[in-house]
Amino acid sequence: MASVQRLVLDVLKPHQPNALEFAHAIAALGEGYRVDIRVVEVDEQTETLQVAIEGDSLDFERISGAISENGASLHSIDEVSVVGK
Amino acid sequence: MELKQIKTLLEISHSGEITRRYFVVNGFDGALTMLGLIMGFYVSNHVDLAVVITSCLAAALALGMSGISSAYISEAAERRRTLAELEKAMVTPLNESHHARAAIWIPWLVALVNGIAPLLIALIIIVPLWLARSGMVLALGPLPAAMAVALVIIFLLGVFLGRVGGTFWLWSGLQSLAVALLTVGLIYLVG
Repeated sequence: MASVQRLVLDVLKPHQPNALEFAHAIAALGEGYRVDIRVVEVDEQTETLQVAIEGDSLDFERISGAISENGASLHSIDEVSVVGK
Repeated sequence: MELKQIKTLLEISHSGEITRRYFVVNGFDGALTMLGLIMGFYVSNHVDLAVVITSCLAAALALGMSGISSAYISEAAERRRTLAELEKAMVTPLNESHHARAAIWIPWLVALVNGIAPLLIALIIIVPLWLARSGMVLALGPLPAAMAVALVIIFLLGVFLGRVGGTFWLWSGLQSLAVALLTVGLIYLVG
């Protein structure tokens, strides 16, 4: 079965939680998850992020759930790396 | 709800500060109300201790209920408005988010703190009255002892505020104590 090893997501989120807390929430989803966040744009109440997540086997459903739980919305999946096994 | 979740909701909604403020403000209200009430009985002379205790208890409960209801109504309205604004900015409903949960739970938490602070503080101030009623002999007499407890609590609330605000704790405590002593003095003049 193929495993997702890298995702780059375009995410819109409120200012709270901040980028650091947001990264922690995603990284806590699995052992070895590496999360890099770049703030692309900041508005009055929201900010647009480019979220890069790396790991041996990323669980997209859980990542998507954590994004929603933190009040953010996933706009697009910009990059994907999948390895077949 | 777990403690960790409450912490997350407090952080996301920036409610830690407002909860602390409510605790001090309404706690101060409770302490000063009790002090005033007990001072009123003290200058009235020969009031039965049972009447004093019942009156103080009734006032404490009223303060608690007032604190809970007023804070809940205002906080719930405020949180609903904030959530609606955020949903508008996000162009999506946030039903399953921490923000929506905070809009539901934080008003209850703030209301509880706002109500429990004066109730708890008032009950502590009444303790010497209960002790005297149950037969314990107090060095100061029941009413002065209760007033002394109220003054100590008011001083400590001032100290707490001083620490929060980063000012000199003793000065802040003495400021609070001065307000309490001024209140006592005014009631003494009226009585």
